[in-house]
Amino acid sequence: MTAMLPRSESGSIPATEAAAHLRRRKLLTGLRFAAIILVSAVFATPLIWMVLAAFKTNVQIGNPDDALIFSPTMQNFRNIMGEGIFLPAMVNSAVVGLVSTVLSAIIAVPAAWAIGRFGMHRAGNWVLIARIIPAISLLVPWYYLFARLELVGGYTVLVLSHMFVSVPLITWIMIGFFANLPTELEEAGRVDGLSAFGAFRRISLPLAAPGTATACVLALVFSWNNFIFALILSDESTKTLPVALFNFISYASVDWGGLMAASTLMSVPVILAAVFGQRYLVAGLTAGATKG
Amino acid sequence: MAVHTLEQENRRLKWMMLAPALLFIGVMIVFPILYTGYLSLTDAFGAVNADSSFIGLLNFSDALGDLRRFWPAVWRTLVFTVAAVALELTLGLALAMLLRKPFRGMRWVRTIMMVPLLATPVAVGVLWLLILDPTTGIANYLLGLVGIPPQPFLGSVAQSLPTLILIDVWQWTPMMTLLLLAGLSTLPGEPIEAALVDGASAWQRFRHVTLPMLTTAIVTALVLRSVDALKTFDLIYATKGPGGGSSHEAETLNVYAYGLTFDYQEYGLAASVLVVFTVLIIFIVVALRRRSAKASS
Repeated sequence: MTAMLPRSESGSIPATEAAAHLRRRKLLTGLRFAAIILVSAVFATPLIWMVLAAFKTNVQIGNPDDALIFSPTMQNFRNIMGEGIFLPAMVNSAVVGLVSTVLSAIIAVPAAWAIGRFGMHRAGNWVLIARIIPAISLLVPWYYLFARLELVGGYTVLVLSHMFVSVPLITWIMIGFFANLPTELEEAGRVDGLSAFGAFRRISLPLAAPGTATACVLALVFSWNNFIFALILSDESTKTLPVALFNFISYASVDWGGLMAASTLMSVPVILAAVFGQRYLVAGLTAGATKG
Repeated sequence: MAVHTLEQENRRLKWMMLAPALLFIGVMIVFPILYTGYLSLTDAFGAVNADSSFIGLLNFSDALGDLRRFWPAVWRTLVFTVAAVALELTLGLALAMLLRKPFRGMRWVRTIMMVPLLATPVAVGVLWLLILDPTTGIANYLLGLVGIPPQPFLGSVAQSLPTLILIDVWQWTPMMTLLLLAGLSTLPGEPIEAALVDGASAWQRFRHVTLPMLTTAIVTALVLRSVDALKTFDLIYATKGPGGGSSHEAETLNVYAYGLTFDYQEYGLAASVLVVFTVLIIFIVVALRRRSAKASS
């Protein structure tokens, strides 16, 4: 880029032309900056609208005069907390998310190591196929099988179904991390007397810890957001947040304030993840994508 | 000799490490696939353990002959996927080019873009229901300010699918942008500098240098987004309810199969629809992947 900047002192480009060039540059930079702000606004505004609505009464929500200036109320939050549905659902979501993520990591990280370190992509594709098959085509047989085992409505089926999403996700992300680790480190460990598993556990696993953390956060987010499995496989007591959200919609009317307060609370962990793990999450989400 | 045993130990270990994940996916997939295949050949209906009998390919001929629900659902699935992914690719590419060079506040812009794609799809659905509400929504208020009459959006048969496409574009364009930014960051700088020296315009550099080098990243992003767009369920269920609305105006294959299964308990017919749907998805993925292999070789 610097090679293109006109150098008037060298005399090769007349000074007036250089000034015109600089003006054009400045204009382009300004336009680019305006475009970036516009784009950010387009993506952020609906979410800001959601948070604002969470602090409004249902009357204020429907009144454009109260769009930005209104006296905020905590009533929506008090309502959803008092209903006895939201908090238990939040606990259910957290339990299912944490348990399914930890169990998934335990089986997916070693699998990703095997695939990435030894190039077992053909075998690895069988893990990733779970990403392609429509969840609904598995739900009926699962429902049937788990109903026979008398597990439907319990945590076990929810954890297993959420693991079905997390295992391929964590594997997919971790393959790239392990493929990029130099094999020399493990080999050096082997020469020093570590077993093959010892080399994995003591050398590669610690080096892949940041990647594992990213993968687990993403798996947690996906589990937190998952709707369809809990819609069918949970019961009243194991309902997760996305399913509980529908309690605020009745045939007669919609409690917009409660709905937006619930949506806002549901988004808090996700927004925190985005703010604090932005760089790593982007790396995780795009892992494997550039390599195809 | 020592190297040989190391190799042998590695070979044993790598399968042991892969086995639990393969076993888990296998158990969770193989039984369902076989069972769905079996169900598709029976007249299973009602309770999951009710008696059913083998009826051959009758479900498939019923589904494929259904011009009222099945084919419109296939059509909507394809329209939704192609329109949403095409828009997301175009916008995503433009945004990736816009955000490619570092600037102050880049971290914040990226964080803002992360939020829609991490947000709970059901919450996104109800949020847009609020914004697009025909009478009280802010969208019609804003349109009114520039003189556009109120639109029914999700409240109408005609506008539901286009509106859902736009919501999907809002939520998933950032994903496309991030994938393409990652692709752009791996490109070598020399070809672009060479084109610059040769006096190529910005558009020429993009069209003839950057774009061809980005093909693999674009196709991968297309595969990822298409697979998810084909399976869109949460957003449609949250905004239009079961059946994709009272006239099934937003019913895609996924929503149709869900309704057949869990609302009507037509397990046999639903299974045949799911077999068709799964074959369709695998066909699309394989076709796109073959394309990308050809393009990158």
